[in-house]
Amino acid sequence: MTAAEIREEILDILSDIAPDEDLSGLEDGVAFRDQLELDSMDFLDIVMELRKRHRIQIPEEDYGALASMASTVEYLTPRMKDMERA
Amino acid sequence: MPRDFLTGARDAYDVIVIGGGLGGLTCANLLGRSGHRVLLLEQHYKLGGLATWFKRPGGRIFDISLHGFPVGMIKSCRRYWTSEIADSIVPLRRIRFDNPMFSLTTTFDRVDFTRLLIDRFRLERAAVESFFERARGMRFYDDQSTTVGDLFESFFPGREDVVRLLMEPITYANGSTLEDPAIAYGIVFSNFMSKGVYIYEGGTDGLIARMGRELRRNGVDIRIRCPAERIVAEGRRVRGVVVRGRFIGARAVVSNASLHATLFRLLDRQQVDPAFLEEAESVRLNNSSTQVYMALKPEESIDESTGDLLFSSTARSFRTESLLGRDITSRTFSFYYPRTRPHAPPRHVIVSSTNARYEDWVGLPDDEYARRKRILMETTLDALDRYVPRARDRIEHVEAATPRTFERYTGHPSGTSFGTKFEGLKVSRGVPEQVRGLYHAGSVGIIMSGWLGAINYGVIVANEVENQLMAESRTRVPANDA
Ligand SMILES: Cc1cc2nc3c(=O)[nH]c(=O)nc-3n(C[C@H](O)[C@H](O)[C@H](O)COP(=O)(O)OP(=O)(O)OC[C@H]3O[C@@H](n4cnc5c(N)ncnc54)[C@H](O)[C@@H]3O)c2cc1C
Repeated sequence: MTAAEIREEILDILSDIAPDEDLSGLEDGVAFRDQLELDSMDFLDIVMELRKRHRIQIPEEDYGALASMASTVEYLTPRMKDMERA
Repeated sequence: MPRDFLTGARDAYDVIVIGGGLGGLTCANLLGRSGHRVLLLEQHYKLGGLATWFKRPGGRIFDISLHGFPVGMIKSCRRYWTSEIADSIVPLRRIRFDNPMFSLTTTFDRVDFTRLLIDRFRLERAAVESFFERARGMRFYDDQSTTVGDLFESFFPGREDVVRLLMEPITYANGSTLEDPAIAYGIVFSNFMSKGVYIYEGGTDGLIARMGRELRRNGVDIRIRCPAERIVAEGRRVRGVVVRGRFIGARAVVSNASLHATLFRLLDRQQVDPAFLEEAESVRLNNSSTQVYMALKPEESIDESTGDLLFSSTARSFRTESLLGRDITSRTFSFYYPRTRPHAPPRHVIVSSTNARYEDWVGLPDDEYARRKRILMETTLDALDRYVPRARDRIEHVEAATPRTFERYTGHPSGTSFGTKFEGLKVSRGVPEQVRGLYHAGSVGIIMSGWLGAINYGVIVANEVENQLMAESRTRVPANDA
């Protein structure tokens, strides 16, 4: 998957987790927490969804990498580059 | 011949969950839903743990721990259980406080607390807003040296009445005191006191029945009356569990039993570092409770203006320590109207709860124990009269529970109602580093207790178990399904 496809995938997961949020104006460089009403269980849900969909394991010490869209995509790109988008 | 409650159980599972409290149930549900083979062992004859109820003739049902939980339950139940369960969660309408300092009714949300603190308690809006923001911004990794008392003193110096309003409900909800770390308070406060208090329409029995159905749908093998006797580990790797004398193997074991029971009763000490055991031994337990359950005669009713939840106290000042004593001056009354169980016969039920110390109740001779229980019931009826006039004449059934009751039904040491104090969380999280494949998911650390805390902790641990199972299956079979 390319970085753009990974971004799409994250948006798709976010829209499941936070169905009431408008994600169209999401700024990639700004922390999710500062734009969306996400709590720590929501972040855990992102982690669990990535594992379910792509068998990606994110250890707890790496959860900080999921702070914003930009850092998430950067973290996931090397891990997902060989995968096909479903 | 006694019935074999393990008939048909397999010799090995992917995961064994010990304990069917909300944390264990939720963990088992997620792992079952992901397709793992899960065995759930519960020593009692029903699921739910402290999320429980009992029935008495005449259609009376008493809930033990259905007094209120935060709005976050809706989201957690929708995601980790079913939308049917989430849709049965309803807000309580009237939360009352009545004590020598103030009497008021609130919807228990940020807007209403702000209004009260400004209009009634004459505080500056800026101070109130900054307090809410400070509490909301608290994270688990923040400094632990600031206590709840320090926090209040810095925002509302000398205002014991404000402390009482903001602290009393939390003390009842999880036993925390002014000496506990401020962050534990902040996290719970932000969850609890920002968007109202909720309960489950249909009662605890309705909730647990639905959870049981969902677990079975997800293939979880549920076994009641099956106390885990021992967690078997070799070379610091979990192997399985001995239950009713039978060994059952597992790649992972999750214990929803109390932290102390898990480490000191179920596990062999040899499997754990002495330093870790020492740290675990120093973890303090939270307090226990007493409760008095009262049912009105079928023809009697209570006016809804009495409230849903009432924090009542005759103590002049507010001291978290004095809430624990046997000389009870403070009680939380939960009033249950027929709407709590819309499909059951219309009944009005009242449950009075107080925090209590195990030491005050343990070791008493039978007659003294019975006498103290009677005093507990009598003084409660006296206190209730203020809110339900002629209570004694209108109530037809009264009984009481003590710390000994809670100990008996859950096996929790000292009958703890809310697990451990703050430091227990670190020990609980450290268990898998001691014994690979073993996890603890039960009430600890103040923040991981209560219905919502227990459910969410079950999710956090299920995530870790899944990571382990996936990592192990990778090393065995090459992943070819990418
Ligand atoms: C009086 C009272 C009032 C409360 N009110 C509220 C409230 O209004 N709102 C709220 O959110 N929370 C409330 N709580 C707290 C809440 O009920 C608990 O924090 C929560 O239910 C605990 O869930 P848990 O997963 O930690 O496990 P528990 O409920 O403690 O369950 C543990 C389970 O493990 C089982 N077990 C133990 N050892 C073994 C073994 N060896 N083998 C097999 N099974 C075993 C036990 O039988 C039990 O079923 C209240 C608690 C009490 C006592």
